[in-house]
Amino acid sequence: MAQLKRKMNGLRRSPMAFGIVLFAGLLVVGTGYTAVQAAVSPSSAVSRSQEQIDFGKRLFLSNCASCHGKNAEGTLNAPSLIGVGEASVDFQVSTGRMPGAASGPQLQVKPVQFTEEQISALAAYVGSLADGPSIPDAAYLKANGDPNKGGELFRINCAMCHNAAGAGGALTQGKYAPNLMGSSEKTIYEAMLTGPQNMPVFNDANITPQEKNDIITYLKYLQNNRSAGGDELGNLGPVAEGLVAWLGMLGLIIAITIWLGAKSN
Amino acid sequence: MSNVANTQKKNGFLAGTANYVDERVGVAGILKEFGRKIFPDHWSFMLGEVALYSFLVLLLSGTFLTFFFQPSMTDVIYDGVYAPLKGAHMSIAYSSSLDITFEVRGGLLMRQVHHWSALLFVAAAGLHMLRVFFTGAFRKPREINWVVGFVLFVLGMAAGFTGYSLPDDLLSGNGLRIIDGMIKGVPVIGTGISSLLFGGEFPGHAIVGRLYSLHIMLIPALILVFLAVHLFMLVIHKHTHYSGPGKKDTNVVGYPLMPVYVAKAGGFFFIVFGVIMLIATFFTINPIWNYGGYDPSPVSAGTQPDWYIGWLDGALRLAPTGIEFMIGDYTVSTNILLPLVISLVFLAAVAIYPFVENWVTGDKREHHVLDRPRNAPVRTAIGAAGVTFYAVLWAGASTDLIATNFKMNLNQVLLSMQISLIILPIVAFLVTKRVCLALQRKDKEIAIHGRESGRIVRLPHGEYIEVHEPLDPHDLYKLVDFKDYKPTLARPNAQGKITVAARLRSSLSKFYFEDRIAPATQTEIDEAAHHAHELEVEVQKAIESAK
Repeated sequence: MAQLKRKMNGLRRSPMAFGIVLFAGLLVVGTGYTAVQAAVSPSSAVSRSQEQIDFGKRLFLSNCASCHGKNAEGTLNAPSLIGVGEASVDFQVSTGRMPGAASGPQLQVKPVQFTEEQISALAAYVGSLADGPSIPDAAYLKANGDPNKGGELFRINCAMCHNAAGAGGALTQGKYAPNLMGSSEKTIYEAMLTGPQNMPVFNDANITPQEKNDIITYLKYLQNNRSAGGDELGNLGPVAEGLVAWLGMLGLIIAITIWLGAKSN
Repeated sequence: MSNVANTQKKNGFLAGTANYVDERVGVAGILKEFGRKIFPDHWSFMLGEVALYSFLVLLLSGTFLTFFFQPSMTDVIYDGVYAPLKGAHMSIAYSSSLDITFEVRGGLLMRQVHHWSALLFVAAAGLHMLRVFFTGAFRKPREINWVVGFVLFVLGMAAGFTGYSLPDDLLSGNGLRIIDGMIKGVPVIGTGISSLLFGGEFPGHAIVGRLYSLHIMLIPALILVFLAVHLFMLVIHKHTHYSGPGKKDTNVVGYPLMPVYVAKAGGFFFIVFGVIMLIATFFTINPIWNYGGYDPSPVSAGTQPDWYIGWLDGALRLAPTGIEFMIGDYTVSTNILLPLVISLVFLAAVAIYPFVENWVTGDKREHHVLDRPRNAPVRTAIGAAGVTFYAVLWAGASTDLIATNFKMNLNQVLLSMQISLIILPIVAFLVTKRVCLALQRKDKEIAIHGRESGRIVRLPHGEYIEVHEPLDPHDLYKLVDFKDYKPTLARPNAQGKITVAARLRSSLSKFYFEDRIAPATQTEIDEAAHHAHELEVEVQKAIESAK
């Protein structure tokens, strides 16, 4: 026993010990990270044909490469797209944000520049460069989850920027969180998954795909069920209400008082 | 025969009842007195009435809401009809508000009527205050009634705040959190007061019940009392009237209460009620179902108070950042104290203004004829500066919505508002004063020389003149009938000393009246008329000789 102990002590002092421990440590961390990473963002299950990728590359070279670089490696003007995943490309291009019209605090939504086929080719090309979040599974885009859970998650995670009713809100220096009342299921999902522009990433460990579906369910409920109390005034809250009170109600009443006052003269 | 029956019938029940009541409470005397009360007619005199009527609507709709609202913060699981909240944990207060909204028949409409009329109540009261200010209706003998009105305005704000905090939704909870923060920002006593108010650490389980007691008992009772005093003083002072022929500080020109104003005011109540119902039917207000029950962790973007609290929220938003400092272990939250002090000073300035102006002018006369705003240029300019100051604070509460809706940079919007808060009131003061003086000069010019007729005449020696037409005496009256104050000098008192107060008063008087425009005098008008007559004779001669 004592001998074994001495032997161990000897090993610990051996010049090899540091290297062995380092290797073992790296091995554990590395495999662990890969395992977690795999669990968080499963690599694309969608099959990409080489033909589609080539088509996407041609589109990329003629439309995107001037800013993002010929191999999507990024330039001073735009970030690298290696590893951003198909979901990012699909979100940015299918909402019209990309290709960007002008640099500014935030990319603006504008009419979509590509056909669906072109968008999926572009996504396939960027997705082929490295693994990244892929286009969400249609099973989570059915808006058939629990709206109560979704509403709670929305208020805790999203409402501080997007407003409790999804009307949007201001961020610093000209940036803003957009109004969500026109967003599709897929757009909402992809935004959570990829965290475009100033939005944080809500990966699947943070908000599970089922919970994302719940949030989508809640937002779709708001989109499809307008207020029972009449016009919503853009869901902007008390500011819009105050404006209506002053200009609408008091304005109308003053017009009536002037009419009443004029009668006597 | 039928005639006799008719008169008998006419004099029968109604007259009998009237006689019965009169013999016991002397109604006839009261009616006679009140019925003969004279009120002048002008649209701007109806703004206070609008506030009064919306308060009546508030009482009616509020009573309806108390039948169904439960002010308890006990946790329940929602099981109502609003799907996205089914199964959610929430307070009874919020769940009963949702029930009023979705399950009580007419509940949503009543909620919206109550909320819209609250916004209208404070707005009409505010505009009424501005009318009183800019026409100088607060002058002797009405200074105290101005203060009563001011108290009513502040009570209106308090009623509104305690009211919209009741549903215990996310938006109202966020608002309460800000109030909690402001209270805690007060040095030494802040934390103690907060814990007293909320019954422990925020949010606790007491605040909704407490606000409810204030909202449905104490504050409306105070409003009713002050309203009674306000109207009682209105009757004692009699109503003011605008300048015009025959309208003097010693009389009131208008129509009697009975039957003209009883009919008019009664009809007007229903007009106001109708407008409120119309807006409440077609426009959502405070969609509490969107906000969810209150939970201290989430905050929603675009969280604003109702409009009348907006200027206080704006004061908080516009306070410069990073001005708080530490004394030992304690933080002095200057970022909260500064806006708090500024708001209180602003309110105090509004409350005491009539006394300040009275002190400066030293005018002990009673005033029942209103000023045209241009005829009190410095007062009007001070009012414009105050309105601008308030408006910038008010707009400050919506910096985020201004930024997103008008595609601007939030930080720049905030900075430009901070600058505007200091610069714009000064600009407003200078511009308003100049505009008033210019209008006064124009009035004086018209009073003396008459209106430009557009008739150009060439005299024999080649001169061209435009003939001015003299003014109708009715129109002239309005242009020359206003009080003229001269700046006073600081005079020594009985001990032969010029006190600091006297110096201050004299320099304020100079500030108010140094570049005043005196009204056109009769001599000036007569002289001008004489001159005009001579000219007219010359013109006629010229025309004759041309023939």
